Amino acid sequence: MEKLIYMDNAATTRVLPEVFEAMKPYFTEEYWNPASAYKTSGEAAQKVEESRAVIANAIGADPKEIFFTAGGSESDNWAIKGVADALKEKGNHIITTKIEHHAVLHTCEFLEKHGYEVTYLPVDENGVVNPADVEAAIRPETILISVMFANNEIGTIEPIAEIGKIAHEHKIYFHTDAVQAFGHEEIDVNTMNIDLLSSSAHKINGPKGIGFLYIRKGVKISNLIHGGGQENGRRAGTTNTAGTVGYAKATEIALARMADRKKYESALRDRLIDKVLAEIPYTRVNGHREKRLSNNVSFCFRFIEGESLLIMLNQKGICASSGSACTSGSLDPSHVLLAIGLPHEIAHGSVRLTLSEETTEEDIDYIVDTLKQIVDRLRSMSPLYEDFVKKNKQ
Amino acid sequence: MSQVTDYSEKVMDHFTNPRNMGEIENASGVGTVGNAKCGDIMRMYLDIDENHIVQEAKFKTFGCGAAVATSSMATELVKGKSVNEALEVTNKAVMEALDGLPPVKVHCSLLAEQAIHAALWDYAEKNGITIDGLKPPVNDIDETEEFYQMQGE
Repeated sequence: MEKLIYMDNAATTRVLPEVFEAMKPYFTEEYWNPASAYKTSGEAAQKVEESRAVIANAIGADPKEIFFTAGGSESDNWAIKGVADALKEKGNHIITTKIEHHAVLHTCEFLEKHGYEVTYLPVDENGVVNPADVEAAIRPETILISVMFANNEIGTIEPIAEIGKIAHEHKIYFHTDAVQAFGHEEIDVNTMNIDLLSSSAHKINGPKGIGFLYIRKGVKISNLIHGGGQENGRRAGTTNTAGTVGYAKATEIALARMADRKKYESALRDRLIDKVLAEIPYTRVNGHREKRLSNNVSFCFRFIEGESLLIMLNQKGICASSGSACTSGSLDPSHVLLAIGLPHEIAHGSVRLTLSEETTEEDIDYIVDTLKQIVDRLRSMSPLYEDFVKKNKQ
Repeated sequence: MSQVTDYSEKVMDHFTNPRNMGEIENASGVGTVGNAKCGDIMRMYLDIDENHIVQEAKFKTFGCGAAVATSSMATELVKGKSVNEALEVTNKAVMEALDGLPPVKVHCSLLAEQAIHAALWDYAEKNGITIDGLKPPVNDIDETEEFYQMQGE
């Protein structure tokens, strides 16, 4: 394969060379366990605290409120199960949405088997949660509201500050899965009234296998991973020193470049969307056109099926995804696309293209041309398109 | 999990270069099976001569790589066969001819078998004959038109 255009940056990103360089010494030279007693361990522990401070600063938090985890899924699990357990005397009701990542949805489903009640809020046709719906769903026994910051499939950014305000007014903890938003969008846990926030390093050019959970001071939450006394006794497991260093470096770069990056990516994003809509008929863009992650493009091409499209894109050197990488292999169409009201058949014809700063205008034009050819080809093979054409001729 | 790497070379070949893709005008029998909900719809066209031999078979498919490959292989397997022999082309035969399918894609081969049966049923009905062992096909309801009517398209 000559050409390779990586358009799956919402799935994971490249570790930046600067990030990798910063991490390297902590694998081979400074490999000390930060929890040990010797002097070098103390230096490693110091480095972890420096990383923590960088990350805390990125969301307006105190370093003591940042707890390193193994990634976004663990953070989501901890936030939801931890609050559910700690507040079980107070109530058993959780409010979330139909478009959350499976790390949130499946955790909530697990809790439902253990006596908790969960409200899965609907979203509008653009995937936006209505804050009034959040407020209307609140009950005396509600203990947690969990709404994602930005959707991983369709890129829609949720009204987090408004939902945070409602949660705060009702004295209910507010968790947000910010895995797609941290380092991409401005986040301030104080002005947005966020009590718990999940993030993962590999979505921002950091390493895989490290994430964090922000826990506001005073929030009652039980531990998820039991064992040693790491992370101030809240999360056991030998500290991933190299991971925290890479995470901090990636965060610094993401923050410094955020404005330029958003400007660059959103221009390419809109070029891709506008050209495809102009050149390929019977196409829809999923997600909100303005309240949208700068790197996310999601299309549904009518009359064709997403996997065939992905394989053909792959044969042309374009790495894309259908829905989220976690759901490929399952036969159901994306729960997010169904939640925005698409019929199954349309939802099956989806493709997600998530770009990065490495994406060029030339790449975008190549993708448009390639998509056009592939969609034409698949439609020529589709009995649904045949029926549609015949019907319109009549 | 990546389907691309789970497919055999034969499946990829039949997906990339499908045999007999297209329509037959005034076909002896046409059958459409599957449903949009599962994401697979197959249509098979058969041209059958007066000796009940399948002279030509073509298909159109909305579906995943395996759905396209099984349709392609099914048309290859029924060509030149008598209607009774065509009825014997099972999903297992289609799968074996493709060097297997990933477990989640086995239903595609069943759909290919059903597509053959549906086309044969149509042929039998049109000609007022009965084919021993052939059952009527099941039609599915399409929810898509309603959605687009609601969108004003």
